[in-house]
Amino acid sequence: MEVLERKPSTYDILRAHGVDRRTFLKFCTQSAAAIGLTSAMVPQLVAAMEKKPRIPVIWLHGLECTCCSESFIRSSHPIAQDIVLNLISLDYDDTLQAAAGFQVEEIRKKVMKDYKGEYILAVEGNAATNDNGVYCTIGGESFTNILLETAKDAKAIVAWGSCASNGCVQAAKPNPTGAKPVYKLITDKPVINVPGCPPIAEVMTGVLTYLLTFGELPELDRQGRPKMFYAQRIHDKCYRRAFFDAGMFVEAWDDEGAKKGWCLYKMGCRGPSTFNSCSTTKWNCGVSFPIQSGHGCIGCSEENFWDNGPFYQRLSNIPVPGIESTPDSIGKTLTVLSAAGIGAHLVSVVARKGVRNLTSNPEPEKSEPAENQNPENRGN
Amino acid sequence: MLDDKGVVKDAISSGTMWRGIEVILQGRDPRDAWAFVERICGVCTTVHALASVRAVENAVGIQVPKNADIIRNIMFLTQYVQDHVIHFYHLHALDWVDVVSALKANPAATAALAQKVSPSWPTTSPGYFADIQNTVKKFVDSGQLGIFQNAYWGHPAYKLPPEANLMAVAHYLEALQWQKEIVKIHAVFGGKNPHPNYLVGGVPVSINLNGDNAINMERLNMVHDLIVQAQGIVENLYVPDLLAIASFYPEWTKIGAGLGNYMSYGDVPQNGIGDPSKFLIPRGVILNKNLGEVLPIDHTSASEIQEQVAHSWYDYPGGTKALHPWDGITKPNYTGPKPPYQNLDENGAYSWVKAPRWKGHAMEVGPLARMLVGFASGRSDYKEVVTEALGRLKVGPEALFSTLGRTAARGLETRLAAKWLLDEYNKLIANLKAGDSSTANTTKWAPETWPEDCKGFGPSEAPRGALCHWIHIKDKKIFNYQVVVPSTWNASPKDGDGQKGAYESALLGTPMADSNKPVELMRTIHSFDPCLACATHVLSPEGEELAKVVVR
Repeated sequence: MEVLERKPSTYDILRAHGVDRRTFLKFCTQSAAAIGLTSAMVPQLVAAMEKKPRIPVIWLHGLECTCCSESFIRSSHPIAQDIVLNLISLDYDDTLQAAAGFQVEEIRKKVMKDYKGEYILAVEGNAATNDNGVYCTIGGESFTNILLETAKDAKAIVAWGSCASNGCVQAAKPNPTGAKPVYKLITDKPVINVPGCPPIAEVMTGVLTYLLTFGELPELDRQGRPKMFYAQRIHDKCYRRAFFDAGMFVEAWDDEGAKKGWCLYKMGCRGPSTFNSCSTTKWNCGVSFPIQSGHGCIGCSEENFWDNGPFYQRLSNIPVPGIESTPDSIGKTLTVLSAAGIGAHLVSVVARKGVRNLTSNPEPEKSEPAENQNPENRGN
Repeated sequence: MLDDKGVVKDAISSGTMWRGIEVILQGRDPRDAWAFVERICGVCTTVHALASVRAVENAVGIQVPKNADIIRNIMFLTQYVQDHVIHFYHLHALDWVDVVSALKANPAATAALAQKVSPSWPTTSPGYFADIQNTVKKFVDSGQLGIFQNAYWGHPAYKLPPEANLMAVAHYLEALQWQKEIVKIHAVFGGKNPHPNYLVGGVPVSINLNGDNAINMERLNMVHDLIVQAQGIVENLYVPDLLAIASFYPEWTKIGAGLGNYMSYGDVPQNGIGDPSKFLIPRGVILNKNLGEVLPIDHTSASEIQEQVAHSWYDYPGGTKALHPWDGITKPNYTGPKPPYQNLDENGAYSWVKAPRWKGHAMEVGPLARMLVGFASGRSDYKEVVTEALGRLKVGPEALFSTLGRTAARGLETRLAAKWLLDEYNKLIANLKAGDSSTANTTKWAPETWPEDCKGFGPSEAPRGALCHWIHIKDKKIFNYQVVVPSTWNASPKDGDGQKGAYESALLGTPMADSNKPVELMRTIHSFDPCLACATHVLSPEGEELAKVVVR
């Protein structure tokens, strides 16, 4: 097979995508910081990036269901083919790889050596930490060790989906395997969390192409999520929000309100406590999203969402009062806090509207906090 | 393990991942279970959710409205068509297609071949194939082969001429673009894909032909067009490519048969899930390749479907050999070597997969099992597609019992699924015309309406084979939840009597050209469409390790 002498470098590819040299240098500086290099080493990195070919990506699979990979290949802009053939070099992905077995493991080791500090590590799934990681082994090695080993010299780490970002279903109580998300195991470099079960296809490809097009890491919130997709709650951008504000709710599946597309809050919708772009970007090339197809949001991008159920119990019944937070100041209690916030919000809306002009019966819930502690709604 | 002629004489299959979802479900609201179990698999997304809502409905006694059954059928068949096409082109084709050989193809000759194989397909011009070839060339020349590196290109087991390889590569890319379209049907009815939403009692989406905020004419038109498009892909690309590729590998109709026991639970109900006699995919068991008899299945019988753990990393209480899923226990007990390890001891426990058995028999499940049960049940639609394909490949029905038979069965089944998709759509329209727009039965939505103690089962036929969930509800909560998935049957380790599972058995007798590059083993394992990580180690007659294959 003939091989050209000079391969297109990362710089060539960024240039072809309209990135100027100044932005490229900025990208290199940030990348250097991301992998803990001192500023004196930036010129070396710049030189490397100018010469080196497409950015190699190692895509690992731990405890997961492969829904993230499936979502990724659903991307409509750009399509997966363009990413895999033109934008990155997907050098290791044991699901999509043509080869198998030790030939694949060889590739991983080779990429780690040849592209030390330059490859992107994409992680789908998480690691079992109980019992020496025996709940997930690949070729006899525990996934936990493979993850730690591969992360060591990665330029950046992208945690795909809720498994890698926050634990997801196998970390739900009682978490029998001791499943832990990536950020709890790798603390010495930034992890870009792209939660969701799975994340929206165009969100996944959007994060990757942002890295390559603008030559910098996207702005992240305190949970490591790109603000461009996770800064606002689904509820705040929901096209059914007007029905919430008007107190028009679905009261039972397939009732009159359901047929008219009213608000699903009373059916347990987690839109009010879920930071994601489902109601704007939508799914499968913008065809729909859960609420548009009649089911409430289950909050699949939020930490511990499996244990904040039952799913069909409305949020206000979660009995922890508190003050609503912004995505930048949250911790694990996000859902609970904003849940209380939304209960308060509903009370304020109902109180404000006073008389109902609807067939439904959205009376204020007795279990909801009486006073409005949500700063966002104080002006109501 | 190989003999001295390079033929596989022993094989073990090990599942090396366990997440404990059955344990996690205990004590939760049964109506939430579908969402948890849907995450068992994101590739065959939807099927576990469907089995779960059926199990809960069976336990508490809910009959879903006709439209809900039809919409579930449409989502189910959409999954079949999408999943089977992806499996063929993106997970299995590269076992038969040599991507690098495509560079040597003559684009004009490729166009002639494509026009002969798929006369009604638009993209068959020499210029189109020259473009595809250039894309591949540029990619290969970059020296960064990505997911295609270190594969077995140039291996003597690849038999296709360069033109057929180029055509297959072009269709690999076309199918990759198309698969994101068909799943829009799931987005319409379930809000998203992967992992669309389901609902105990029906489907969450409502129908309102006089509104724009539920299923209306625009949404129905989208579904209709996607179905027609899918039929085009199946009839013009998938099935012609499958038969064309198969014709170059006749020896694979004699390799990889395996157990010879086949089982299908059946699906696509026409009169509710409780009436298997009206299923489009029939239910039944075939033993010892005997197509003269189809045996019935009773999911509730304590002595029919059972799981064993003799070679699995689980504990059963003192001396218990096998348990029906309603009494099933999931208590992990890892006794294997501490990682990193080289080999597992096949005399002890060696897998996270339990060993399910039907009346004590190890069974193969999946498209081949379904085609054989349909064929043996005398169904004319099954007989028609099978007979036509056998005629075109000039082989007899015995060719079905093989690796290639398994791969071909998946394609033939997809023809039926694509046809049924349109039939189900038309049924939905007919039902709406008759004035029925109901999509959910909420009379038993509230747990207060349920019995204090009840059990249910939810059977389905996932793309990979027979699937059933068993639930025991006590005090409105999940008391026990057991899932026996298709790959539990196919990837089963040995049972207490030393009977091998389907993969283990199918690998026996496989000749290998190069024990370091086990493409032949990949063909057989991939022909089952495995849905979990399983490792195959290739050992020499002396027990020396020659290769290790990890398949997902």
